[in-house]
Amino acid sequence: MTALTHLQRLEAESIDILREAVAESERPVMLYSIGKDSSVMLHLARKAFFPSRPPFPLLHVDTTWKFRAMYELRDRMARESGQELIVHRNPEALRLGINPFTHGSALHTDIWKTQGLKQALDQHGFDLAFGGARRDEEKSRAKERVFSFRSAQHQWDPKNQRPELWRLYNARKNKGESIRVFPLSNWTELDIWQYIVAERIPIVPLYLAAERPVVERDGTLVMVDDERFPLREGETPMLRRVRFRTLGCYPLTGAIESDADTLPAIIREMLVARTSERQGRLIDQDAGASMEKKKAEGYF
Amino acid sequence: MNAEGRFEDVEAYLIAQQAKGLLRFITCGSVDDGKSTLIGRLLHESKALFDDQLAALEGDSRKFGTQGDELDFALLLDGLGAEREQGITIDVAYRFFVTEKRKFIVADTPGHEQYTRNMITGASTADLAVILVDARKGLLTQTRRHSYLVSLVGIRRIVLAVNKLDLVDWSQEVFESIERDYRAFAAQLGIEDVVAIPLSALRGDNLSSPSARTPWYRGPSLLQHLETVDVGGDDASGPLRLPVQWVNRPDLDFRGYSGRILGGRVRPGDAVRVLPSGRTSTVARIVTFDGDLAEARSGQSVTLTLTDDIDISRGDVICAAGDPAGLADQFEATLVWMADAPMLPGRPYLVKLGATTLGASFGQPKYVVDVNSLEHLAAKTLELNGIGVANLTLDRAVAFDPYASNRDMGSFIVIDRYTNQTVGAGLLHFALRRSQNIHWQAVEVDKQARIRQNGHSPCVLWLTGLSGSGKSTIANIVERQLHALGARTYLLDGDNVRHGLSKDLGFTDADRVENIRRIGEVARLMVDAGLIVITAFISPFRSERQLARGMVEDGEFIEIFVDTPLAVVEQRDPKGLYKKARRGELKNFTGIDSPYEVPAAPELHLRTMEQSPEESASAIVDLLVRRGVIRRSH
Repeated sequence: MTALTHLQRLEAESIDILREAVAESERPVMLYSIGKDSSVMLHLARKAFFPSRPPFPLLHVDTTWKFRAMYELRDRMARESGQELIVHRNPEALRLGINPFTHGSALHTDIWKTQGLKQALDQHGFDLAFGGARRDEEKSRAKERVFSFRSAQHQWDPKNQRPELWRLYNARKNKGESIRVFPLSNWTELDIWQYIVAERIPIVPLYLAAERPVVERDGTLVMVDDERFPLREGETPMLRRVRFRTLGCYPLTGAIESDADTLPAIIREMLVARTSERQGRLIDQDAGASMEKKKAEGYF
Repeated sequence: MNAEGRFEDVEAYLIAQQAKGLLRFITCGSVDDGKSTLIGRLLHESKALFDDQLAALEGDSRKFGTQGDELDFALLLDGLGAEREQGITIDVAYRFFVTEKRKFIVADTPGHEQYTRNMITGASTADLAVILVDARKGLLTQTRRHSYLVSLVGIRRIVLAVNKLDLVDWSQEVFESIERDYRAFAAQLGIEDVVAIPLSALRGDNLSSPSARTPWYRGPSLLQHLETVDVGGDDASGPLRLPVQWVNRPDLDFRGYSGRILGGRVRPGDAVRVLPSGRTSTVARIVTFDGDLAEARSGQSVTLTLTDDIDISRGDVICAAGDPAGLADQFEATLVWMADAPMLPGRPYLVKLGATTLGASFGQPKYVVDVNSLEHLAAKTLELNGIGVANLTLDRAVAFDPYASNRDMGSFIVIDRYTNQTVGAGLLHFALRRSQNIHWQAVEVDKQARIRQNGHSPCVLWLTGLSGSGKSTIANIVERQLHALGARTYLLDGDNVRHGLSKDLGFTDADRVENIRRIGEVARLMVDAGLIVITAFISPFRSERQLARGMVEDGEFIEIFVDTPLAVVEQRDPKGLYKKARRGELKNFTGIDSPYEVPAAPELHLRTMEQSPEESASAIVDLLVRRGVIRRSH
């Protein structure tokens, strides 16, 4: 048996992290956002604890504005893995009818996702939450720890992070405090796709190109996924062959025109891509330190 | 990598990708050596940057850049907002890129004086180090420091990147002289594998391909070297080590032990020994989600089942039966301190080693290393970024290997018991022989016999509070009352301890810790002798009170907080000490320039503003009666 390949090393490291986190926490939970990274993370969890079921529930912090295809895959994956699925919708956001069209992306994201996540963690008393973030996604993520400490107010202090050496993770905390754990820290976007192909991991079909109804707004193609989409005067959804590199709330996720309708075709397209995947996310395009600011406030 | 149509057969490409290996390396150098520029360039040249990232970089370069109209690659790496404004990187960041031959994870750490901890952190997972030198400046103190630090954590492969060669007219002479100096220095550290490369990171010379401006240089470019260097170190060649992270019990019929193999390989049928119990068994199956394996090797995360039903829990280590790990509770270790508060000998900390977390304390450093001169110096403590050698004592025996033979079995982190911060990291060298040879002498007249004769239970009444709060006054009254009740007592206070047992100690934090440790030990002996021990010391630190508490049995330690506000004791100031301290004539005075950590949950809280010393003393005696330590009828 020869030395481990890159993907084998990544897989073994992620499993190591998942097991360590579960062993050192009282009430862990996995943040499940239904995207490709979440899909890989869930798959790794099933491997880590086999033949046991992963000993924690899945938490989806819902905004009610995800693509319909995402809700379908979510329910299917929860059934297959046998884990409990907790869906949390911020009742305040629900009451106020917060949506990206009338309230803008920043407010929408803050109230549904950041506040919603804190509510869910507090309500269920989770002391450790797995997230699918990768260090290659964005500059402030590159300095994030694998085990990232949060205060009782869910705040992240980038100046006061615990040094992380060798394979030794410090998961200790006091009551009320919590730890966020990122098992995919060392994976890149390319690694994720290679692993999805190699392991035949189910993903939302929206990653693959198909004819979909879209409108073009401010240079971005937005899919009209349901009847709540308020069409502007003169706007008519047109069928275009598109796919998505990342998935979030459908009104906030830009599509790209593409013919890549198989996984190898996606990877080929990515190898020649000239833009990073986060560009499709409207949240990142504010000031340079926007993500760091959001994270300090408790965003995942 | 971005040429259209280059990967016509994506499947074939994927297979080739999957067979790639991984190189993790760390870059060391100061802000001025062009380190961030070098990494930025590597990412750029390996096409790891996308157009939008480049566009953002162009914007940032105009706004914050230091390279005029040129792209400032350093900005690409400075992730945190505040750091950008200061123009320095202050933590460890991880970068990723891939070439045709390999994938790379780069740990980017700063070269700043006060950040030894970041470099050790980044180096702890690296296979190789790239050490940057400015060709105009040659070897600097920091070059030696960085080299020492990477050698300390066991990195044996070094790339000496002699940068900014454009600024010395591509001089072969300059390059060779720096290389010669460095090899001589590296040899002292036991590093033999040094590859020196002449570079201009800013202009990209010898970065991904050989430069025409250094025709005298025949070696590989930096990237060529990183792509092909043998990272060797086949850690599957050693004996099996598998620390159990998690006991896998889906139902009553299955009992598996999940963990990552940190050394050697394993097959069904192999004989294993489990530490610390020492029990032996045989591997039955190697269970994974993808089916049972015929063999697993170092680096893999697996679940083992054994043929015997033996008791194994998290933290135990499954070892090759014929070559098990060592087992000990006292070690000599190198310790790197990473917290603002210094390491205090004797203070109780937690140590995490493998999948085990234990109570631990360190002795006084045998020496600390001056990382600039590599000299060994004497020291009583270890400060932030200090590196020293000290004895480590754990509260029970654990399986280990020396760091030099197995990094993962010989490394540990130190955790503060109260803040839960990671305050240090260390490397185990060897077990102290004495840890195996001290056995308690069994005695026939024991504590129980003495308790029966005394007619009361022993305990420690630990009075803590500011200087002048009234501890000694109350302690004296308590002792008088207990004596009258027929109890056997002893009062330990500053007068009878500081003049004898602890007369060699001063009032630094380290000496205070040692003083309390000695008092705790004396109190422990006296409790064993059946006495009610009353102590009256400021004992300002929670950790040491906890330490003293841990020395006696549960329920025998009674912490009494003598609570008098600072303003009041300062006004009373019976010995004039506060005035002296305020004038700066007394250093390390509790409440003035040294902290007092208020007890979180004392057994008794005496508010001296609300009651007289007699009332306080009676409250203590009442508590002893309620707890059944003494009876009134005496």
